[in-house]
Formats: sequence, C-alpha cells, structure tokens
Amino acid sequence: MIKRIVDFFGDEAHARQRRRLFYLVLVLIVLADFVVPREHAEYLWERLPGWSAVYGFVSCVLLIFVSKFLGHQGGLMRREDYYD
Amino acid sequence: MTEFVHPALLFILGAVPIPFLNGSIRKAYLLLIPVLAILAVLAMQPGSYGAAQFIGQDILIAKVDKLSIVFATVFTLMALIGMVYALHLTEAGQHVAAFVYVGSALGVVFAGDYLTLYLFWEGMAFASAYLVFAQGGEKAIRAAFRYLMVHVTGGVVLLGGIVLHGLASGSLLFGPIEAGMGPGVYLILAGFMLNAAVPPLNAWLTDAYPEATVTGAVFMSAFTTKTAVYVLARAYPGTELLVWLGTAMALYGVVYAVLENDCRRLLAYHIVSQVGYMVAGVGIGSELAVNGATSHAFAHILYKALLFMGAGAVIYVTGRRKLTELGGLYRTMPVTVALYMIGAFAISAFPFFSGFVTKSMVVAAAGQDHRALVMLALTMASSGTFLHTGLKLPYYMFFGTDRGLEAREPPGNMLVAMAMAATLCVAIGLFPGPLYALLPYPIDFEPYTGAHITESLGVLMLTALGFVIFLKALDPENTVSIDTDWFYRKGARAFMWFAERPLARYEKAVSDVSETAVLPFLHGSARAGLRLDLHGVDGAVNGVARSILDGGGVLRRLQTGVVTHYALAMIAGLIAAIAVFAVVWQ
Repeated sequence: MIKRIVDFFGDEAHARQRRRLFYLVLVLIVLADFVVPREHAEYLWERLPGWSAVYGFVSCVLLIFVSKFLGHQGGLMRREDYYD
Repeated sequence: MTEFVHPALLFILGAVPIPFLNGSIRKAYLLLIPVLAILAVLAMQPGSYGAAQFIGQDILIAKVDKLSIVFATVFTLMALIGMVYALHLTEAGQHVAAFVYVGSALGVVFAGDYLTLYLFWEGMAFASAYLVFAQGGEKAIRAAFRYLMVHVTGGVVLLGGIVLHGLASGSLLFGPIEAGMGPGVYLILAGFMLNAAVPPLNAWLTDAYPEATVTGAVFMSAFTTKTAVYVLARAYPGTELLVWLGTAMALYGVVYAVLENDCRRLLAYHIVSQVGYMVAGVGIGSELAVNGATSHAFAHILYKALLFMGAGAVIYVTGRRKLTELGGLYRTMPVTVALYMIGAFAISAFPFFSGFVTKSMVVAAAGQDHRALVMLALTMASSGTFLHTGLKLPYYMFFGTDRGLEAREPPGNMLVAMAMAATLCVAIGLFPGPLYALLPYPIDFEPYTGAHITESLGVLMLTALGFVIFLKALDPENTVSIDTDWFYRKGARAFMWFAERPLARYEKAVSDVSETAVLPFLHGSARAGLRLDLHGVDGAVNGVARSILDGGGVLRRLQTGVVTHYALAMIAGLIAAIAVFAVVWQ
C-alpha cells in the first residue's frame, strides 16, 4: 500500500495522472479560497480571496532566485575545497 | 521527594551502567530509563525542589512549572524515540553521551538558579560534542573541535553575564529579567542566543550537525536549540530585539537551504529557520505568542527528529550525503520515503499535521500584535520550508535521477523510531487539545478555520507549482556555502599564518639582531667597561685619595698654633658670613 503510493509519485508511468491530479488540486484550493467565510480579517490582504496562492507563488520564486543570486553573484557558494 | 524524581538524575546516573551491560539487557535498559523519565515527568507536581545554599547564594536545583513541564515532556519523549533509533549501535560511548546530553538538557529545563543552569549548560555542550567526535574522520573531528570551541566561548560569555547579573541584582535565581539591568543581561542574552543559533551566532549548528553520527544528529537536532528557546522564553519574553532577529532567522535559514547540497546540512538550516519562529514568538511575548513558541518547539522536536532520522537512514544505507550523488531511492526505501514525508508535511504546516496547529499560533500572535511585516515574512519562510524539506530534498534524495544506488530499508529499530515520531506528528495535528492543555498559558485558539486551511494550502500548493516550474534552477550544486563560520575558520587560518609568518619572522629577526649586533656590542661594551674601570674609575679613585692626602698635608701646615692666625681666620669668616647674609636677605 505504502509502496504503491510512493511508486505513484516516483514512476514515470504515472507522470500524466500525477500532473492532472496536481492541477486539479490547485484549482480546487484556489476556488475554495473564494468561497470560504472570512469573519475576522484584520489585514487588507486577508480579505482578498486567492491572495495566499499569489503570495505563496511569489515567495517561492523570490526565494529561489534571490538565494541563487546571492549564492552565485554574491559569492556565498564556493568550491567544496574552499576551507581545505 | 517522593513526588519529584529529577529526570536529569535518571539519565546522568543512568548512563553509568551502560558500558557494563551487553546485548538485549543493554537494549532493554536503554529503553527503560527514558520510559521511567517520561513517567517521572507525568507524575511531577509544580513546585520548588532541592533548595540549598552555595557560597552564600540561593540554589534551586529544580523549579517545576507549566513551561518546564512542556519542555520536559517532549524531551523525555524524544529521548525514547532517539534511543529506539540508536538501539542497533554496539558502542557504549554514544549511548552514554546521549544520556548525559539528554540529562543535561533536562537539568537546564528545571534549573531554578543560574549556577545549576550553567553547570548543565556546559554538560550539554561537552556531551553533544562527543556525538560529533564519535563520527571519526578528519572532517568530523575538525567540526567537533570548532563546535566545542564555539560553545565553550558561549559558555564563558554566559558565565560572565551570570556573575555580572548576580552582582547587579543580588540574586542568582533564574526568572524573567527586568529590562535595563546592565551588561550582564546582554551577556546572558548573547549566551542564550548562541545556543538558539540566532544569526550571526548560527554557524556552529550547520557546521557540526551534518558531521555528527547518524544517530547523534537526531539527538542534537532536538535538544540544544530548544533548551535555548526555553531559557529565552523563561528569561526574555517580550524582548523587541528577538522579534526581528527571529524573523530574520526564519528567512536566513531558508535562503541558505536553497544553496545547500548536503542533505543533513539543508535540514540543519531549517532548524535555524524554524527556531526563528520560536525566537520571534518569545520576542512578541504575548500569552498567545509564548504559547505558540512553546508548542512549536514541542512539534518541531518531533518532526525535525523524524526528518533527521529519514536523512540519517539514507546515509546509513547508502553512505552518501550529497544531493548531487543521491536519487531514485524510492523504489528500495518506500517506507522511509513515506515516513520522511510525514515529517515534511508537519514542518511545512500542512493541515492535519503538527506544524499546522503550532506554527500558525506564532503567526497569529504576530498578527494580533499588529506586526504585519513579521507575519508576511514568516509566511514567506513557510513557503520556503515546504519548498526545501517537502519538495527539493525528497525529490533529489528519493526521486529525481536514478543513480542506481544499492539500497534497502534501514534496520527495523530505525523504522520503528521514525514511525513513533510520525504518529505523534499526525496525532498532534489531528488532536491538538492535549498539547494545548500542556501550554503555559490558558489558550483560546482554533487552528482549523476554513480560511486558515485554504490560505495555508494556497501558499503551500502554489509553492509546489513554483517548484515544478523552476525545478532546473533548484538543481543542487557541488558547492559549500559561506556562513558566519567563515570568520573563525578563515580567521583561525589568518591567525596561524600571522603566528607562523610575521610573528615567527619578527621573533627570528630579533634573535638575529641580538646575535649579530647586540651580543658583540655587549661584549665590546663589557670590555670597554673593564678598561674604563681599570684606567678611568680606579685612576679617579686613586687620584681623589691622593688629592685628599695632599689636602691633609696642606691643612696640617695651616694649623700653626699661632693665636693671631686663628683670630684672623675668624674675622675673615665673619666678614664672609655677613656678606652672604647681605646678599641673601636682600
């Protein structure tokens, strides 16, 4: 059972199904964010449906590229024998 | 004392017989002690135990209240899980070190005064360093020495702070510190922050943990930083500085995790990031925030240990630790993958996993305290957490390129330990009630609202979309990242260079000068001195003696015995005296 679930995420054979499931989940979550009741929204963005999805995506992209920029151009990443 | 058995004592004294036991008796014993400790914590009543006097100071070995009980509960639980994970080890040394380490952590958690705290604090540093030394090999031993030196330095700073604070406040009892009490307070804070791995004092953690033994790293991931969170929550709640450092820390760990190639170092950077939530929670200092920090520490210990156990299992089986050398293990290690993923969902705060009910409390507390920026930064860090521990690490470790590694599931005891931690991660997520009841303050917080669930899922799943789109940009690279340990690693090298080159050269130059110039000069001047002595000084002395002799002859001739001569001399003297008076008394 565990092996089948893990294989579903690993095997190339299930790639199409996997992608479809992923996009379906994405759409469902964003839709759910539009219908969910918001009682005490204190901040502006908490009143915007779908905001968290946008923020999550932007955060992810920012983190990847800002970090890699710091690593490559900022000189944080060095060869493995740097300290030897 | 029947109502209180100090669990630290159970572990530290309990470590003594370990080397003398063998086989299944030792295994049973290694599990028995943590179980007894869990029972001791469950049975204990709030109060003060072991008050005494030492060099005129009040000592309180154990102060039991709700805050210390929460930490002691999770520490003893973790000790049991960690012991199950390490059960296959035959060498006694690591078990003894782990026991002393856990015992010392419990000692800090119950310490009612600074001296007791300091004693156990140092015990933790030394016992945990052994878990890195035990790995062997040049890299690990170097890292262990660095770890030890950093912690000993931190310990000295802490002790200095304790002495100054004790002198300023007149008491060494450990409790909330009132602001503005001088340098001692800041030194203690610095000592605590070092153990909490607050940047720039964070590099010891990410330097040493990945070099520790497979089982040792599991213990280390749980205790040092969380005891630091405990002491911060006890002594420094509501310190504004901690809010900002904690928030920065949450993002700092995530940024470095992007760059990391070593699987356990990546997880170590996520300890920094997650402890950032706790430090920020302590800094905010409201009841909700401290509850959040405490419960997050509880959940964090379990899921982080689970993640370290998963990565440790991979290292144990394959002997490899770099993401660039791993991949395709899901076929041979499906159970490890599944259990690891439970830890990954828990740290990422997916609904129905432990992180969801604890991390959100800290974020909500930031919102309640009108700190929009902190709230946004912490949410961004959550996205990064899932990106690395939930997506990048499992993808490159278990899926991704199949490197054709020969692998199998790890030994049964490792899987059982992982299953125990995974069960708790899910149980806390599904039923947060019992954990909430343990927290130091009464709680009015409902994690499972519709908006909270969809918001969290929105952030997390769109992070996954970003991961899928930019997968290529995330490929691990064969590099090391420069962190603040650069200053002492390169600094030590610069110091050694200075000692070996300029300082040694200077020393040589000085001795050369003394040999070629100063010594002959001294010889020459000694000879000249001798000559001067023989001819000059002796001559002068002889001359003086001769002239005194001659003078004596002249004086003798003056004594004529004629009265008129004497009278004349007296008159001349009188005139001279008057002349002197006349001049001086002008």
